[in-house]
Amino acid sequence: MLGKLSWSDIPIDVPILVGTFAGAAIAGLAVLGLITYYGKWGYLWKEWFTSVDHKRLGVMYIVLALVALFRGFADAIMMRSQLALAYAGNPGYLPPHHYDQIFSAHGTIMIFFMAMAFMTGLMNVIVPLQIGARDVAFPFLNSLSFWMTTISFVLINISLFIGEFSQCGWLAYPPLSEQQFSPGVGVDYYIWAVQLSGVGTLLTGVNFFTTIVKMRAPGMTFMKMPVFTWTIFCTSVLIMLSFPILTVALGLLGLDRYLGMHFFTNDGGGNQMLYLSVIWGWGHPEVYILVLPAFGAFSEITQTFSRKPLFGYNTMVYATCSIMVLSMVVWLHHFFTMGAGANVNTFFGIMTMIIAIPTGVKIFNWLFTMYKGRVEFHATMYWVIGFMITFTIGGMTGVMLAIPAADFVLHNSLFVIAHFHNVIIGGVYFGYVAAMNFWFPKAFGFKLNEAWGKRAFWLWFVGFYFAFMPLYVLGFEGMTRRMNHYDNPEWYPWLLVAEAGAVMIALGIVCQLTQIYVSIRDRNLAENRDLTGDPWNARTLEWSTSSPPPFYNFAVVPVVHDLDAFAHDKEAGIDTRAAGSTYQPIHMPKNTAAGFFVGMFSLILGFAAVWWIWWLAAVGLIGVIATVIARSSNNDVDYYVPASEVARIENEHTRNLLAAQAAE
Amino acid sequence: MADAHAHTDHSGASHGSVGSYLTGFVISVLLTVAAFGIVMAHSFSPSGTIAAIAILAAVQIVVHLVFFLHMNTSSEQRWNVMAFVFTVLTVFILIVGTLFIMHDTSINMMSR
Repeated sequence: MLGKLSWSDIPIDVPILVGTFAGAAIAGLAVLGLITYYGKWGYLWKEWFTSVDHKRLGVMYIVLALVALFRGFADAIMMRSQLALAYAGNPGYLPPHHYDQIFSAHGTIMIFFMAMAFMTGLMNVIVPLQIGARDVAFPFLNSLSFWMTTISFVLINISLFIGEFSQCGWLAYPPLSEQQFSPGVGVDYYIWAVQLSGVGTLLTGVNFFTTIVKMRAPGMTFMKMPVFTWTIFCTSVLIMLSFPILTVALGLLGLDRYLGMHFFTNDGGGNQMLYLSVIWGWGHPEVYILVLPAFGAFSEITQTFSRKPLFGYNTMVYATCSIMVLSMVVWLHHFFTMGAGANVNTFFGIMTMIIAIPTGVKIFNWLFTMYKGRVEFHATMYWVIGFMITFTIGGMTGVMLAIPAADFVLHNSLFVIAHFHNVIIGGVYFGYVAAMNFWFPKAFGFKLNEAWGKRAFWLWFVGFYFAFMPLYVLGFEGMTRRMNHYDNPEWYPWLLVAEAGAVMIALGIVCQLTQIYVSIRDRNLAENRDLTGDPWNARTLEWSTSSPPPFYNFAVVPVVHDLDAFAHDKEAGIDTRAAGSTYQPIHMPKNTAAGFFVGMFSLILGFAAVWWIWWLAAVGLIGVIATVIARSSNNDVDYYVPASEVARIENEHTRNLLAAQAAE
Repeated sequence: MADAHAHTDHSGASHGSVGSYLTGFVISVLLTVAAFGIVMAHSFSPSGTIAAIAILAAVQIVVHLVFFLHMNTSSEQRWNVMAFVFTVLTVFILIVGTLFIMHDTSINMMSR
């Protein structure tokens, strides 16, 4: 009846998990209680959970990313604390079985649910506004993508309290991840969570590719498209090309585990090295899926706060596109030591070094944008400059690792860990936080507090160097990754420094949460409100509409005359909004709960499949199919906003705008 | 509003007819049966079998693209064709790259 599930799968003998469960339950009940007390369930359901508005979905994605950051960071600081303790005979406080789950969950959550969700949130909020569109191409799919991502994160967190999580690292290499060596449900949780979220990500890629190709404002040719939109375009292409590879790789691993096949097993003709090749065929483009949007955000922020147009727009576009193509031909550098010959290793080593060139071009473009600009040291700019320094170091260690001979020394050591945190924190995370600071007033109509933003930056920046520079040293000293305890006295002090860095980063996260709290508290102060819709005197179309934008984004679809359309209009004295013109009724999609229900049924399917509860899996699958059929046969999916309603909203914004201009 | 985009559609994508779907379905079934048949009848040598299945699979992909996804060379389909060409390039890189890697590894490690 309940498949493999029994009472003994609830880890009540692990005090850390019991404590976590109690904490999570109390916090969860408190949130649910507050929502009930203030009677906000109807509001949440009607305005958020069933929304197909890209701005709302974007905000929900970023909330999800911040929750995932919290979970992923909790894992991180537990690992650092374990290694600060588990020295010279002290076993530390995390037994290997638990520790292995923690590092696997940390990687999986940070990539799939922190970084991917954050990126998807940013592109949702910004891209349609930036290209002058009223929504994405497929608003319902957008809602579905969000719920698939969310329920996958829920599934991963269920593994904390029911059963166990994978102990095979974030990519679940066979043969360790095969039934023979991992008979528990951990790897199944991993497979189902990643597969279900992959559905959401793939649909997002399709959605944004179509949106950018089909829905740009009149006059916006490809070479007049803002750089952020360009990077999202390339990211969408990479998502569409690489996520199916991940699906196949994990699908085959799933067939091995569920049906006893032999794709990657030791016996029966399986070849585990093939898994490495296939999964990194996805894994390397994934790195660029994450970092390209950050590059786009840096471009927008640098030009805005340097008060001049981006240096080398064309080279920026070509660099982005060449990174997109090159990222598909470097995947072997993740397993140089596998045993391939010199031909293979040399080819992939050289390709990897080549990819550093377009990335370097971008760094110089940002530097030259700042050169002789009137750089305003806004909190957002701190993250950008911190990125340039940190990412350059990370890029150089990456080129070191691209040398096969050096990689044979450094492979699987902490040097690799230091390198990819160097580029993912310094590049991806700094970029997303900068973007959040930059576009926050657009999404909510008030600015984020700068003082707390700068405090968060300094703690993150300094904390990062304390936490990860020692790992480079430890890598050279021969410390391998994923180690539970050790007895080498030379490593001990460095691991204490790294622990101190992790604590600083923890304080940085506290500052970020404080920043959000303080900003919400002070949102009505005159200096924080954004009545004009253009708080930074920025250059692209999203700033031409009000903050927060009306749900239809643009009452009159803007006409684009030049690159940086809004900057051009401001200089030429053109009113991009065409305020006061005769408004037309606007065609909009209706909200729908179908995405939510498909998500919930998928959660049931995933959970049941993990535990081999086949009748429940059938319920989930039938539920998904039935919901999709019901949604597809519903023709009542759109409506018209009357012109009078549009005029009312637009006139109110015009009044705000005039008041704000008069106040200046 | 964008949903409506997909229906009214100035992209000119055709939606196919019952006939074209049925044709595609029949061809797909035949190709699938042929693949199974080749394996079950042992009509070729093992490497010949693998080559035959690979060819049938490639034909199958083209059948799906033409009959179910309505890809053709008309000008309205430019984006679809471009996307398809890029996809073929990527698939080519991955498959040839994987064959290159795995073959080299097998020889180097003397595992085959």
